[in-house]
Amino acid sequence: MVNAAQLHEVIERRLVTPVKGDQSQVGMYEEQFRAFTNDSKAAGPSWLRHMREQGMARFAELGFPTAQRGNERWKYTNVAPIARATFAPAPTGRMTAAALTKLAFWNKQWTNLVFVNGKFSKTLSSEMAGGVYAANLADALVSQPDLVRSHLGKYASLASDAFIALNTAFLRDGAFVSVPADTVPTAPLHIIFVTTKTTAEPTVTHPRTLIVVGNGSKVRVLESYITLVEDSYFTNAVTEIYVGNSATVDHCRFMVESPMSYHIGMTRAYQGQDSLLTSVSFSTGTAIARNDVHANLDAPGSTCVLNGLYMTTGQEHLDNSINIDHVKPHCTSREYYKGILAGQSRAVFSGRVVVHQDAQKTDAVQEDKNLILSEGAEADSKPSLEILADDVKCKHGATAGQIDLDTLFYMRARGLDVETAGSMLIHAFANEIINTAPIEQYREYLRDYTEKLLPEFKFVAPE
Amino acid sequence: MTTKNEKKTPLMEIRSLHVNIGPKQILKGIDLTINTGEVHAIMGPNGSGKSTLANVLAGRPEYTVTQGTVLYEGKDLITMLPEIRAREGIFLAFQYPVELPGVPNWQFVKTALDAVRTHHGGKEMDVRSFNKLWEEKMKLVEIDPALMKRSVNEGFSGGEKKRSEMLQMAVLDPKLALLDETDSGLDIDALRIIAQGVNQRRRPDNSILLVTHYQRLLNYIVPDFVHILIDGRIVKSGGKELALEVESTGYEKIKETAARG
Repeated sequence: MVNAAQLHEVIERRLVTPVKGDQSQVGMYEEQFRAFTNDSKAAGPSWLRHMREQGMARFAELGFPTAQRGNERWKYTNVAPIARATFAPAPTGRMTAAALTKLAFWNKQWTNLVFVNGKFSKTLSSEMAGGVYAANLADALVSQPDLVRSHLGKYASLASDAFIALNTAFLRDGAFVSVPADTVPTAPLHIIFVTTKTTAEPTVTHPRTLIVVGNGSKVRVLESYITLVEDSYFTNAVTEIYVGNSATVDHCRFMVESPMSYHIGMTRAYQGQDSLLTSVSFSTGTAIARNDVHANLDAPGSTCVLNGLYMTTGQEHLDNSINIDHVKPHCTSREYYKGILAGQSRAVFSGRVVVHQDAQKTDAVQEDKNLILSEGAEADSKPSLEILADDVKCKHGATAGQIDLDTLFYMRARGLDVETAGSMLIHAFANEIINTAPIEQYREYLRDYTEKLLPEFKFVAPE
Repeated sequence: MTTKNEKKTPLMEIRSLHVNIGPKQILKGIDLTINTGEVHAIMGPNGSGKSTLANVLAGRPEYTVTQGTVLYEGKDLITMLPEIRAREGIFLAFQYPVELPGVPNWQFVKTALDAVRTHHGGKEMDVRSFNKLWEEKMKLVEIDPALMKRSVNEGFSGGEKKRSEMLQMAVLDPKLALLDETDSGLDIDALRIIAQGVNQRRRPDNSILLVTHYQRLLNYIVPDFVHILIDGRIVKSGGKELALEVESTGYEKIKETAARG
């Protein structure tokens, strides 16, 4: 028998000491790192240079994770194609506002921060307004060095994660959003990372976002990861969110990358006392995509809601890894993910809620539902709970199923053909998540967007 | 009610209908003609095949017609897709209406009505006219408008589901309504409302086939014809008085009498 303390130690050890990974392209990244650090424009303060070096060193040590026994976090997603491929640093891209509005939600009244091929676009971004500091991270390092330093890299730990380590090594441009205490910015923020036409060979970007929300403030932020091209490229994104005491963060993440691309997105949130984080993700599949969220409920009374909708088709692979650490008592967490799978696609949901010893009165619910539209599609759903406290309320569940034939007949008996009935059901299934997106204008966009995707997600009735 | 002087127009003609579910034979030769304006009641014990009859006429895909013909307005019904049957005016009120979480009632019924209208070369109904119709029919079936703001049948009680079926029927205004054990699980109050909704549909230009186990419903909806279905066959047909006979003697007795006769 293992007692709770021992089990906790096992979990901790597993988190900080991952299995040695694939180091086949480490040399290539080291070479890129040397060129990057030699570029005077990338310099920055010495603490940042040190942080980058630490990132590079840690990445070289870890290598990319491999799908093997003992490596629970990457068991269902094999990133070998990323680990073995060569990627060139993305060149400077061109983008117009008109083109951008076709790819993603766009509202010029919002505070927009736009990055094209990883580089900040001043022309596409808007001026800061209404109580929020929103700028390119590279600029914030000059104008707000202490504030950036006190948060950057504090929540996304490079010790245990190769992707975060690699992102940190190449830290330069990125989104920095800071809301002072007791402030509600007038407009929501939109952070856009767009990949435009790349070079002949695949390219890589390392988008970085830091959102710092002061005590008692409320902010709405949308992150969009989009592309102009159908090429192969690699987006290695990291987002850190600090939610101050009694602060509210409404966060949405829109990830619609090229079906041939690789996307690894790490979101790390730290929540203060009585804070509320609502984060709703929408993702389509890519060659390999991972939406990796980790919320740390490290102060009593905090609540996080992590919801997501994913739609995969073709040969796509999408992995939602949603983790919550209940460290302190009286915290509440809700995870609700839903997937719509067509073609030969594969979707993974691995949710992990850890209720630490002190986290009494934890209330945690985890749920994943999949709608499988074709025989070739596969959903692997692994919600899990690790409970080290004894006075908690936790539950989890997962389902995967097809459209029910009785339901379909009921709708046909009212005159709806199979296609109309199918899209009505798919839409209803998706709307349950979309309706939880905390930014209303974006919610409408998402409804329209998923509606447009439906032709690729047709339900074919079995004969 | 039809009289001898009126010219009868057959709406549906069922001839020697044999139906299987998988390898199991359920209906073993049904002959039945429903003329416009008529109300027919199919009565039978559990497992007699009466629900199968209602469902096969609506086109439930699990059922296979192995033999026989069904003509609806002179057209072959068996090869018609369920949605086409619905658009041609056949409405099945389900014994167990299905819940559609996330599909609003209003949207579902409007889509259904528009499917019927466009099938007949018409246009989709404008929202204002539909709203008017919707309000009017909600009053007719005495359903709580707040309930209808919810998703189709989601979390409805048995009675609410049946009432919702009646609302759909009232809006879609079918030529042939198939009521599959619509009375099951209803209290007397709900039964009265359902019967009222059905009775309002009795017109010279439409027909009703109701399937029931009990005579109870027939106190409220008085049929022109009653057919007793036992073991996949109609063993006896008659007028409304046959229902009372069943009530007093039971299905077994009728079966014996029919076998002897």
